[in-house]
Order: sequence, then C-alpha cells, then structure tokens
Amino acid sequence: MNSLATPARWERIVLPLLVLLACLALWYFSVRWTKTRVFPSPFEVGKGIKELMHKQVLWGDIIDSLRRVAIGFGTAAILGVPLGLILGWYPAANQVVNPLLQILRPISPLAWIPVTILLFGIGDHAATSLIFLGAFFPIVVACIDGVSNVPAVYRRAGRNFGLTPVQLLLRVVFPAALPQIIVGLRIALGIAWLVVVAAEMVAVDSGLGYLVIDSRNSGKRYDLVVAAMLLIGIIGLCLDLFIRSVEHFKSVRWGFRHDS
Amino acid sequence: MESSVAASATRIAVQVEDVGMIFTRDGKQTLVLDNINLEVGEGEFVCLLGPSGCGKSTLLNIMAGFLSPTSGTVRVGGEVVQGPDPRRIVVFQERGVFPWLTVEENIGFGLAALDRKERQHRINHYVGMVGLKGFENSYPSDLSGGMKQRLEVARALAVNPDMLLLDEPFGALDSITRLTMRRELLRIWEAERKTILFVTHDIDEAVQLADRVVVMSARPATIQQIVTIDIPHPRDLSSPRYLELRDGIFQQIGLAHHV
Repeated sequence: MNSLATPARWERIVLPLLVLLACLALWYFSVRWTKTRVFPSPFEVGKGIKELMHKQVLWGDIIDSLRRVAIGFGTAAILGVPLGLILGWYPAANQVVNPLLQILRPISPLAWIPVTILLFGIGDHAATSLIFLGAFFPIVVACIDGVSNVPAVYRRAGRNFGLTPVQLLLRVVFPAALPQIIVGLRIALGIAWLVVVAAEMVAVDSGLGYLVIDSRNSGKRYDLVVAAMLLIGIIGLCLDLFIRSVEHFKSVRWGFRHDS
Repeated sequence: MESSVAASATRIAVQVEDVGMIFTRDGKQTLVLDNINLEVGEGEFVCLLGPSGCGKSTLLNIMAGFLSPTSGTVRVGGEVVQGPDPRRIVVFQERGVFPWLTVEENIGFGLAALDRKERQHRINHYVGMVGLKGFENSYPSDLSGGMKQRLEVARALAVNPDMLLLDEPFGALDSITRLTMRRELLRIWEAERKTILFVTHDIDEAVQLADRVVVMSARPATIQQIVTIDIPHPRDLSSPRYLELRDGIFQQIGLAHHV
C-alpha cells in the first residue's frame, strides 16, 4: 500500500479522539446557548454516570442485559447454525423452507413484542425470545450463504479422499463456510444488543433498557437517560470487539481481509 | 484411430473406451468429448494436451469419477469407474489445498484412518519430499503459489494412491517456478512410480514431462495423435530430438512456430 494512504500510528489514535472531543464540545455549547433546562450537558451526564456507578443497581442491570443477550443469542446460534448448514447442504430442503424464512426475516423483532408478551407474559422469557428472534434469522441466512459459497474444488477434494457426506459436512463444508458464519454471528450479536434494550423497555423491570425508560419516568432524570445510553454504546462496542477477535483465530483468518 | 498401448508393455492402469460426453445447458446440447479411446500403462506419465476449453479437463474429471460420461466407460484396474476414489487423487489447478488447515493438517487430511504415529511418520516423509520442512505449522495463506501446489501434491501422495490426475497444476505459476515444479514432479514420479495423467495446454510442458503426449483437437475433443517421447530423463531441451518432437506437435496442432 502507498505510504501516503496509511495514516501514522499517532494519527489513528489522535484524529478519532479529536472528532469525539469536537462532538462533546458541540453538545456542550448547544446546551449552553439554547439554555435548555431539560437536556443535560456532558458534565451532568458525567456526574450521572458516577451516580449510577455508586448505586449497586447499575451492575445488576448490566448483568441482566448481558444475561438475556447470552441466552437469546446463544439459543439462536445453537439452533441457527446447524439449521443453516443443513439448509445450505440440501438445496431441495432450502427451496421448501426459503419462502417462509424470507417472510419472517424482514419482520422487525419489535413487531413480535405483543406476541411474545401474550405467549410468555411480562418477564425474562419474553425478552430473551425477542432477542432470539432478532438473532436467529441473520444466523440461518449467513450459514446457508456460507455453505452454498464453498468452492466446488473443496467439496471435490473432500470426496476424492473418500469422505462420507457427514464427514464432508463436518471436515470440509463447515470450516470452509466458517468465516462467513462468523460474520453472520457478529451481525446477529449486534442486533441482539439493539433488541435487548427495546425489550427491556416494555417486557421487564431490570436491565439497561429499563434503566433508560425508568430514569425518564421517575423524575425526568435525562442526565441518567443519556448516561445509560452511553453505557449501552460502550458495552455494545466491547461485544463487537470481542467477536471480532474471533476473526483473528488462525483457522478462520484466511477468510478475512486484515491489513497487517 | 491409432492403437494406443502403453510403450512399455506393463499392466494397463486405465482403459478409456468409446467415451463421449454431451453437456446440456439451457436446452442446448454441446458435444464435448467424442469417441475417446485411450490406454494408460501402470507407472506411465501421460500428458493430455489440447487448446483451452477443449474438454481435456472433462476427460480427467470422468477418469477421476467426478463426472459420468454420456457414453462409453472408463476402467481403472479393470473396474468400471463409478465415483471418486482415494486410489486416484486429483490435483487441481489452484486453491485445492484447504486454507483452514496447516501444512501438516493438509497432508494428513486423507490419513484419518491411520494411528497417530503412522500418520505423523507419513506427514513428515511427504513434508520433506516436497521441500516444505520448516513450514509444517504454516497456513496456506502464508505460502507462495509454488509451495501451495507442492503441498497439494504432497496431500495427494500421502494417501498412497495408484494414480495422480493433475489438472493444469502449474498453470497459475510464473514461468521460473513452473520449470522448478516440473523437475520436482519428475523427481517425485521417479521415486514413487505412480501412474500420472497430466492435463496441460503447454506443448513444451507436455514434451518435457511425458512418456506419451495425447494431442487432442478443439471441441468436440477427439484424440488427434499420440506421440511417444523417447528421450530419457533428464531431458536436454535443446537436443535435436526434443525440438523435432515438439515441432511435430506444434504442426499437428496447426500452429506456425514463429511469433
């Protein structure tokens, strides 16, 4: 690559920080100039975060949100990956199921809220099943695509070495599709984190989403609302960084473009 | 049709009898192979030579068992070919090695039935034979094109097949690497004496490597001529006999030998 096109190390750290600071400044001065009494300034939000940290409930909320994501996303992955592999492997089965998938897939998980509350009542099950619904379809679709994109030469090589169909699926097709499956899991985890906040606003009384809505409802504490929003953003970023670190494992690295 | 018995009258490894192949696409039928008859002796090195897209790879895939011919049969060791078999391994033009496995794991891919010690022994043997010592734990993405192709040859040899089917294996390599790879392949062939079927569109490559060169016509492919290369290895590429055989094939294919 051209040395002019690659930013120096300090630029890669300093420039994004500058953008961040500029945004904070814009926020701060907008609050001051408009003289709003409702919307908090960055300093008030900072104090809000401190206040939340001192209250024990925050950690409980974070753990509740993460637990719901872990259950909903985990179930979606455990069921979705094998289903996607099988549908990708048997195009005939895929043809049968595909229309149903294509109808269910574009339905926002939020549209399922009334149905899940009807089925499970207000509580954890409603929230986790919403997360499951949000994560399940992207995972299944990524697995189907991953399997059907496996180059024919790998399948032929596998058959040439005398593999049975099951061995071929496990030893060739799955590892060959794995990079694409990981991309699907990453997208699904992002969706799961979006959905958990929405689900907690309506279906349960704990978690970060509940913290947002509860801070508004009990005393219009917008400093706490924005503080909770920022925490949601930071934890979401951490989740994404976590799943991206999986992409660096050597047996899947070949499927990703890394600038190193 | 020229009779095509192996030059050294050993046992016959492959018999191709009246093979024809018709591809149907969008309702249109294309005749790809027409009335192919060929016999290959055990331990023989045969090149299938023809213009790009003439159907020589199709013939190789039929012999491997990946495709079944529209008419005729292929027999290997007397049995009619019904599907792919580890006794005849195909080495593909490029990217046939598995990128998610290390060099060692690729070579050991077909050895799952062996116990650990025997498998490791075989892996070490073939890592050495194709000159990949020191790269046992590297992934294919860290290897050069020539090394990847050697790795694929090693993976094929490790299961101890009777026959190697190579489909333009060096086509994607630069010309210097290609020359080295030919020498390496001949060295391995002399050590292991497998039957080798080698598809190429490169006349020089065919004449440098093969015991016999099967010259095929453009689509529909028929066998135009089978040329026996009666020069011992290592071959002198400027010897009169080499040039004579090569120019003969150039003329057969209908190419003027000038640029």
